[in-house]
Amino acid sequence: MHHFVSQKFNGNKNTPKMITEQYPRIYLYRRLVQAKLFIDAHYLDDIDLDNIADEACFSKFHFIRQFKNIYRKTPHQYLIFVRIEKAMELLKADIPVSVVCYTVGFESLSSFSRLFKRVVGITPSTYLMQQQIIKTQIVESPLAFIPGCFAEKYGWLEK
Amino acid sequence: MTHVNIYVLNQDSALDFYTNKFGLKVIMDVPMGKDTRWLTVGTPEQRGFEINLTPITEDLFPKETAEALRDLVKKGTFGVGVFTCNDVYATYEELKAKGVEFTKPPTKEFYGTEALFKDDSGNWFSLAQLV
Repeated sequence: MHHFVSQKFNGNKNTPKMITEQYPRIYLYRRLVQAKLFIDAHYLDDIDLDNIADEACFSKFHFIRQFKNIYRKTPHQYLIFVRIEKAMELLKADIPVSVVCYTVGFESLSSFSRLFKRVVGITPSTYLMQQQIIKTQIVESPLAFIPGCFAEKYGWLEK
Repeated sequence: MTHVNIYVLNQDSALDFYTNKFGLKVIMDVPMGKDTRWLTVGTPEQRGFEINLTPITEDLFPKETAEALRDLVKKGTFGVGVFTCNDVYATYEELKAKGVEFTKPPTKEFYGTEALFKDDSGNWFSLAQLV
């Protein structure tokens, strides 16, 4: 397919050079981007990364290499990253750790806590507690969270 | 640098654009009076750098200033900044799929490859892959 497309475009002398060079690449990119968007949308399911490679019409190793070239993470690393980011969001919203763990697609609490700590630096329960404290502080003294220069400019200091 | 201002027409709509379409995360969301929040967004890759989505309201600006500023923003007067990415073609395809409006597709320039896009208010940015 790759060859077919580039031959077709190279055959037309009126096609600008930029397009002949970019078109096959864009075709490749679209498939990789679709794979990434698939992970973004289905991160909580039991995603089989082999299936994604198949759907993107790549061999598994070619797919992983191309994905890493673009996103600097393998599909598996990216999936973990998306799950941990989502977990942080839910913990910020005061959802209990055990619920968050299963909501973002982990099967065991211990592997979730271990991975979370490796990425974020603290355990999910510590993170949840920190966020609760921050939220209380935001309600009690909002200005402590806003750089003073902005607060002054906007007239928030007198209020 | 820790904070930068982007003047937006509507905070809710800007929040939707910068998080759901452009893919940033909310960092701070502090209510400050009836129509205004201290609302900042950022990227997980660059923690400690916050983009402050400042609404152009009469709460924050004199009436005439607010009107003039809204007009200028809507007209696309302000080029706010450059977002650098690993691979501009991939990011361009992804953002386009999510509904971000581009005014220039990735184009090779002497300094790298660059595309231009607009936020929901009219502020424009460069999306660039340097080298």
